[in-house]
Amino acid sequence: MVMSINRPTSLEEALQILADNPEMEILGGGTDFMVEVNYGHRRPVSILSLSRIAELRDFEVSGSELYLGSGITFSKLVAPPLAELVPGLAQAARTVGSPQIRNAGTIGGNLATASPAGDTLPILLALDARVEISSLNSVRSLRINEFITGPKQTVLQPQELITGIRVPLHDSSQEFLKVGTRNAMVISVATVALVIDWDSYRVGCGLGSVGPGPMEALEAERWLAAKIDWGNRRIPLEESALRSFSELVARAARPIDDHRSTAEYRRHAVAVCARRALERASHAYE
Amino acid sequence: MTATEVMTTTIETGTNRQELTTPTIGANILRPDAVDKTEGRFAFSSDLWAESMLWGKILRSPHPHARIVSIDTTKALNMPGVKAVLTWDDIPGNHFFGLEKKDQPVFAHDVVRYVGEPIAAVAATHPEIARQAAEAIEVSYDPLPAFLDPEEIAPADPTVDSTRRSRRDSEQDIFRHISIRHGNLDVQGEVQVEGSYEVGMQDQAFMGPESGLAIPASDGGVDLYISTQWLHVDRDQIAACLALPPELVRLHLAGVGGAFGAREDITLQIHLCLLALSSGQPVKIVFNRQESFLGHVHRHPARMWYRHHALKDGTLVKVEARIILDGGAYASSSPAVIANAACFAAGPYRVPSAAIDGFAVRTNNPPCGAMRGFGAVQACFGYETQMDKLASALDMDPIELRLKNALRTGDTFVTGQVLQGSIPVAEVIKEAASAPLPPHLLDNPLAMPGGAGRCSDTTKLRRGIGFAVGFKNLLYSEGFDDYSTAKCRLDGDTITVICAAVEVGQGFITLAHQIARDVFDTDKIVFSAGDTNEVGSAGSTSASRQTWMSGGAVQAACNRLRDRLLTMAAEELEVSPHQLYIKNGRIVSSGTSVEIPFEALSVNGPIEEFVEYHHEPTYLLDDNGQGDAHVSFAFAAHKAIVDVDPELGLVRVTHISTAQDVGKVLNPIQLIGQIEGGTMQGVGLATMEELIVENGVVKNPSFTDYLIPTALDAPDIYIASLIEQPEPGAPFGAKGVGEPPAISSVPAVVSAIRQATGAPLTRVPVRPQDIVFSADNKRPTADGVLK
Ligand SMILES: Cc1cc2nc3c(=O)[nH]c(=O)nc-3n(C[C@H](O)[C@H](O)[C@H](O)COP(=O)(O)OP(=O)(O)OC[C@H]3O[C@@H](n4cnc5c(N)ncnc54)[C@H](O)[C@@H]3O)c2cc1C
Repeated sequence: MVMSINRPTSLEEALQILADNPEMEILGGGTDFMVEVNYGHRRPVSILSLSRIAELRDFEVSGSELYLGSGITFSKLVAPPLAELVPGLAQAARTVGSPQIRNAGTIGGNLATASPAGDTLPILLALDARVEISSLNSVRSLRINEFITGPKQTVLQPQELITGIRVPLHDSSQEFLKVGTRNAMVISVATVALVIDWDSYRVGCGLGSVGPGPMEALEAERWLAAKIDWGNRRIPLEESALRSFSELVARAARPIDDHRSTAEYRRHAVAVCARRALERASHAYE
Repeated sequence: MTATEVMTTTIETGTNRQELTTPTIGANILRPDAVDKTEGRFAFSSDLWAESMLWGKILRSPHPHARIVSIDTTKALNMPGVKAVLTWDDIPGNHFFGLEKKDQPVFAHDVVRYVGEPIAAVAATHPEIARQAAEAIEVSYDPLPAFLDPEEIAPADPTVDSTRRSRRDSEQDIFRHISIRHGNLDVQGEVQVEGSYEVGMQDQAFMGPESGLAIPASDGGVDLYISTQWLHVDRDQIAACLALPPELVRLHLAGVGGAFGAREDITLQIHLCLLALSSGQPVKIVFNRQESFLGHVHRHPARMWYRHHALKDGTLVKVEARIILDGGAYASSSPAVIANAACFAAGPYRVPSAAIDGFAVRTNNPPCGAMRGFGAVQACFGYETQMDKLASALDMDPIELRLKNALRTGDTFVTGQVLQGSIPVAEVIKEAASAPLPPHLLDNPLAMPGGAGRCSDTTKLRRGIGFAVGFKNLLYSEGFDDYSTAKCRLDGDTITVICAAVEVGQGFITLAHQIARDVFDTDKIVFSAGDTNEVGSAGSTSASRQTWMSGGAVQAACNRLRDRLLTMAAEELEVSPHQLYIKNGRIVSSGTSVEIPFEALSVNGPIEEFVEYHHEPTYLLDDNGQGDAHVSFAFAAHKAIVDVDPELGLVRVTHISTAQDVGKVLNPIQLIGQIEGGTMQGVGLATMEELIVENGVVKNPSFTDYLIPTALDAPDIYIASLIEQPEPGAPFGAKGVGEPPAISSVPAVVSAIRQATGAPLTRVPVRPQDIVFSADNKRPTADGVLK
């Protein structure tokens, strides 16, 4: 029962170790990793722990872009200044687990786990964020839905680490709503993330827990972008518009029945949340 | 000694509570385990450790029903570090155990009957080796058809043709059928309401997983350190399977992390002892959470059918009911649970005529057994929903309807038993119903339906108010003599109380201190649970019984010792013992200044007294479900205020007021703790707690998916009133308080959701889709007006 843990203190060192030992398992905050160990689903032999790499826990604003290190915890996302820079992501982070989980769990781990119920994924998708993946000799950057290829599946290669996430810092309205069957610490049954980007006239709408990965409500995005009066910052709020938008959003969902909920309810919840997200986005400007 | 004898053995003296120097009965005394538990230093059974200890692991069935074709343990046995691999053939004694029927095999032999049934056990030098070895055991199965629907045996709805049922050997598949026939069954109500209800499978969801440590002893016996609810009943079952005399199987209580009924049945006890005896080394097992969910019994899921008959003025004239409990694969305590469900099916109401059938049936689902409320919870959801329905059919205030029919002392119960003692049903109803309402919607978004998910629309929330009353028997029923034993010893100046009553967190040890202080007026008191050879049985920590039964035993033992000390002192002082009393750890003579300290009396060695305490006898129910089956009853009522987001079907239980019949308050904080905890368990069942079983497989055996309320789901709980009407025969007049809070809280919450939404909600837990897709849901229209 020998297990080795390597705890490098710099990113470069970590990438070198990974290049030499591609079989190593990466440990972030451990909030998914340790659950798998406890259930016997994961039996690591050698572990690369990221906890001592300070640069992964940093963030940086450069121009109209925010760079988030992959080791940033949910607790850090929930508090200023990050909560002010990306309020939608903060709202999503606030819905994750309990204070203990938010203190330990990282955004990089949420991406790498790529659970269909990963709560930061729909808002990162809606924000048009890009995941930065590094190995010793290369760096690549992918949109969320390029990075995630299926339930718990990503393009991550054995020698690669998620180093950070690049989020456009635009003037935008951001909403995130999560439906679960308990009022805290619950795996989402459905989530809706909505971003209305006033700088680039773009609408982003991401859905969680209603498909194999975070779902992009493309048709709804296009429809809404065409309806918004961008110059006057006016969001259509008449009943017919709310209904059309929520129907289009619901149509993008590919939900299933499981022990947490039914496909029918999930689709319904997404429709209700889409309408509420739109109403909230407009209220923010009243 | 029985309850009534306790007082008569005491020497009457002038002592009264005002004279005591230490706070005792009725005071908030600090729990002896409080600091260690809050600081994380308390040793639970999962923290046990012994030199050269092995780790055990149990292999379980993946099938709900299958023939075992072969078991090959060779690979496992040959793994380095493996010290024992045991199966059916390695059991030296009785191969079966069980609380009421010995029908559950220690290891499955020819057939497995539920998913999770133990087949083999391994002991190895490391938990990971044990896990791998268990996986390396090769079992080949021949799957058999599984019986998963309890209504195949007994349909709840009487209009369903029972000849259509698909199972033929139904006799052996009914653990027990209780049939209550009371009064004039031809009577018909002017108003009748009918309904079918369902209760999902709740789990006790304690925090401390099953765990224990067995150490082989040089005398050929075994010492087992274990978290359980009843040491001696475990001991007897284990000893029979080990083929050892009970004295060689010594059980010691280890720190218990909650129980709620799930530790009444044997789980890993026998496996641990077998592994220790076979390997000759100490063996420890700690279940992981998944094993815990598979390894213990759950609350019985129920299907219920009801028809209530009333006069136009609301007077109940008859209740018809059929209750089907899914007992799962083995009997456990199903026969007693169904007796409770049937006895209490008509509620705490005067019901002159009743036709009630209760069936506990065998399926290939996980075994079900004891859980807080024990059959009374399921029935209460049925009868209280019916009472709301009846009130609405009569166009009558639901509180008034309940008050009109509330049971009183002297009334005849549906089992023919004439109710004695304190029966304050009307009082708990009035007090809970008249509790003040909290302010309207809060503006904290986290405190709304959906909580941290912030998905609620505040403009669309609806608030409902629901009410329910419930009750349950205290102590064991139907002729069961669940006596308790206690010893009380003076050694030096210290009083030691020894009682095997299991402390599961409820606070019995604190109470035992209070009782001993009350008698001896000293704080030099030590409590010990002893081991099973040191003291006799205390009965189970269940059925809301330990305060009464073991409290009674401790009180009686203390009184006996006190009488002996007074007699000894009287001889020494050459006075009558009636002139003496105890003050501040000394014996004092009234009128003179002579005092004898306790230690002066035990100079020649410890002085010990022992008591076996029995409650009044009860009797089996006859073929018509009639008989004086119960000792005593306790009542509680809940008024729940629930905010609902009808569009999303999400709820937030905002506030619950409760009144409870407690006889007497012995320790206010502990009492309120029981009320709050029990109420929360009811909120859990009403809104989220369910083990989902599909094809015999539990789909959510983890705290990821078996949801219990968090702080954001917990309402403010307001104790509207504690009704103190002393119960004759009970020590201090106090009733047990653990279970009543978990009973009426369930229908009260659902009634509030129903009022807010109009959805019928005939099933608990209420799921969002049950609200959203109910045809009657008053869903708001676009402009926020309800349809
Ligand atoms: C009680 C509880 C509640 C939870 N609630 C929620 C919830 O509400 N919403 C939600 O979305 N999630 C929830 N989770 C899941 C978990 O907290 C998140 O997915 C979290 O983001 C995981 O991050 P971590 O740093 O702990 O990752 P770890 O557990 O350390 O790792 C998870 C996976 O990611 C890999 N990994 C980690 N970091 C990197 C990296 N930088 N590069 C490459 N691979 C990496 C690991 O190898 C592993 O495969 C909960 C978990 C628990 C235990």
